[in-house]
Amino acid sequence: MTNKIEQQVIQALQANLPLVKQPFEIGISEAETLAIVQRFQENQVIRRFGAVLYHQRLGFVANGMGVWRAAEDEIEKMGAIMARFPEVSHCYYRPASPKWKYNLYTMIHGPSQEACRQVARRISEKTGLSDYKLLFSSREFKKISMVYYSGS
Amino acid sequence: MDTIDRRLINRIQRNFPVCSRPFKVLAEELGIPEAEIISRLERLKSAKIIRRLGAVFDSQKLGFSSTLIAMRVPEERLDKVAGIVNQYRGVTHNYQRPAKYNMWFTVTAESPARLDEIIGEIKTKTGITDLLNLPALRLFKINVDFQLEE
Repeated sequence: MTNKIEQQVIQALQANLPLVKQPFEIGISEAETLAIVQRFQENQVIRRFGAVLYHQRLGFVANGMGVWRAAEDEIEKMGAIMARFPEVSHCYYRPASPKWKYNLYTMIHGPSQEACRQVARRISEKTGLSDYKLLFSSREFKKISMVYYSGS
Repeated sequence: MDTIDRRLINRIQRNFPVCSRPFKVLAEELGIPEAEIISRLERLKSAKIIRRLGAVFDSQKLGFSSTLIAMRVPEERLDKVAGIVNQYRGVTHNYQRPAKYNMWFTVTAESPARLDEIIGEIKTKTGITDLLNLPALRLFKINVDFQLEE
């Protein structure tokens, strides 16, 4: 999938870009590093390049995971409607099972839990899906960025 | 945070300039010196507004596999089980949520086989057998930008 040099670039860029004038000098040729990053961006191996924020500190204090039950043959249509809501950051189709009948998942963000609930109600009205739950996190056990090729 | 901070944050959440002197490019765009861009970013990081400046990789495109697991854990065992689950480097997010399945975590591994192996180990080590394996079958949206009012 990736060669040694690419893995070196991934190791450097998944951490923090150093705040120096030439931050892409990471021990291999700068030109080569830049070329690899640009190629990764074109191929969307890099989903995005930039600042990841602590969004709780910026007023987006509440987030809830909406789980929705949609008919299997309407997944595409419903997912597309949900994705259009700016308050929805992530929207996935995941398998339902006899133990758990929900198959669409939306992360909803807002200034309060009530604001998130209102968004969920609007999604429900727009999609016609009435069987859903909005699950807020009551505790964060872990939140980190993925570390690739750590060598262990 | 002043207007320049907010403008800078909005500018770099996506499409940070990938070139030899990115902070110089940002300096020219925002009309302030390169050194000031760097010192503002240092401050925004130490003030815990910027979590990280770097790349977000698509794990699938790197050949990795991931899933979301929901586990049904007795309340009094939550801490112990979270401790076991969190030991895995590939577990990046783990939350308690008030529902029948009350522990929700994501796991990423270098292959589908390793992913299954980790899930198996978690079941064995925790003794929790009632869990849902919920891999994404389709992604409709992923956008974690938060544009600030300037």
